[in-house]
Amino acid sequence: MSRRPFVRLVSGTRWYFGHPRYLRYMSREVTCIFIGAFALLLLRAVERLSAGQAAYASFLAAIAGPWSALGLSLVVIFALHNAVSWFNVTPKALPVQIGEGFLPGGFIVAAHYAAWILVSLAVLLFAGVL
Amino acid sequence: MNERMVQLEVLRYDPQVDDEPHFQHYEVPCKEEWVVLDALNAIKESIDPTLNYRWSCHMAVCGSCGMMINGEPRLSCHAFLRGFAGVIRVEPLAHFPIERDLVTVADDFIDKLKRVKPYLIPGEPRPIGAGEYLQTPAQLMKYRHFSMCINCMLCYAACPQYALQPLFLGPAAITLAHRYNLDSRDGGREQRQQVIATDEGVWECSFVGACSEVCPKAVDPAAALQQVKVASTLDWFREHLLPGSAT
Amino acid sequence: MAKSNKPVVWSLFAAGGTLAALLAPVLALLFLLAALGRAPELLGYARLHAFAANPLGKLFLLTVIALFLWHAAHRLRVALHDFGLRRDRLVAVVVYLAAGTGTALSLLYLARI
Ligand code: SF4
Repeated sequence: MSRRPFVRLVSGTRWYFGHPRYLRYMSREVTCIFIGAFALLLLRAVERLSAGQAAYASFLAAIAGPWSALGLSLVVIFALHNAVSWFNVTPKALPVQIGEGFLPGGFIVAAHYAAWILVSLAVLLFAGVL
Repeated sequence: MNERMVQLEVLRYDPQVDDEPHFQHYEVPCKEEWVVLDALNAIKESIDPTLNYRWSCHMAVCGSCGMMINGEPRLSCHAFLRGFAGVIRVEPLAHFPIERDLVTVADDFIDKLKRVKPYLIPGEPRPIGAGEYLQTPAQLMKYRHFSMCINCMLCYAACPQYALQPLFLGPAAITLAHRYNLDSRDGGREQRQQVIATDEGVWECSFVGACSEVCPKAVDPAAALQQVKVASTLDWFREHLLPGSAT
Repeated sequence: MAKSNKPVVWSLFAAGGTLAALLAPVLALLFLLAALGRAPELLGYARLHAFAANPLGKLFLLTVIALFLWHAAHRLRVALHDFGLRRDRLVAVVVYLAAGTGTALSLLYLARI
């Protein structure tokens, strides 16, 4: 009997529309655009800071306004998405075995969330927001 | 024991006459407690004996009845009809070539499985007289969940990176390598690392996590692959930065 | 097949991802407040300059900027592949070069403060 296997092709550019979990994955991956853009903003801030008080003041003036606010809101949202998706999978990469059992993944995730909250509060305090 | 009519749309492909697969519609009288595999068996017995599919144990142990059921990789012996409303679409496992109807060509997976040496490789020769290898419960638990794999290939059907890069070793094969690497009786890790710590091994994985979502045995291949990445990264720094340890 | 060298960039990606998860939301929030015209004290010239003049402050800023960049660069490389851009070699060179340049520049700017 002759074999003639049929190969179903997967679209290299639209495959992620094939299942909701793929879209969820892609939404996590695109957070990098916002993290990267924010890193560039920080780089720019440091550069202006090194150029003196006037340069830095004009930088602060330049980022004030509704469009920057919109852009930075998106950064906050995608940074939150990165944080949540990152912390939620930490037990997979770093399981903790205690004797015969494993520390429940929920503990590891909770510990990360606790650290996240503490760090965020500390930054807000240090920055003079709280 | 209620009976009801269940509508199935089954992908058919006969390599001798078809140029491409097509759906065939069946209406099957089914018992309420049946699974999709029972419905297929009913079709084959009394409606259409030409339908081809693989199955054996009917109890989620043999790993041979994996199919796409409404677009989701499932064991058809594990997919209860009462969980579905309307027409149930049944297709062969995604990302594998179709041999005939619901039967796929598994050669690629079998080949990859062999390449990762999924068996104990003792670190040093040991005479039979030395007795059995002892292992504590804690040492067993370290890898036990990764040893539950039944080679059903659902994780390959769920993995988009395997679809995009067919050379990728894939979830189950790398997980099985990790299972033996974690075994206290094993000494073959370096041999397996040569296969899995490569670009086409674990580094093709981008942690989509789909494999773990569809795995019927809770093996959690995504976790295994992340752990392999961490361990391989530590290896890399050890091999390249510690003096005198280059292999 | 030889063992991969991806551990180099992956370790930076992973470290950056962890740091970004911990810090990016709150740091972006500080800048969002500034964009809304309510710049927190820390983002004022005097305090930020004093912070960046301190060696520990410099180290913090360098670590944050560099690791965020490397994290974003590596994930962008993967994402572009996922979106269908299959020139992985070229993409890798471009994104890592960008992250490397950003790291060098941040060093340079911080040294000037
Ligand atoms: S890891 Fe799970 S889904 Fe993959 S082959 Fe093994 S049992 Fe099947």
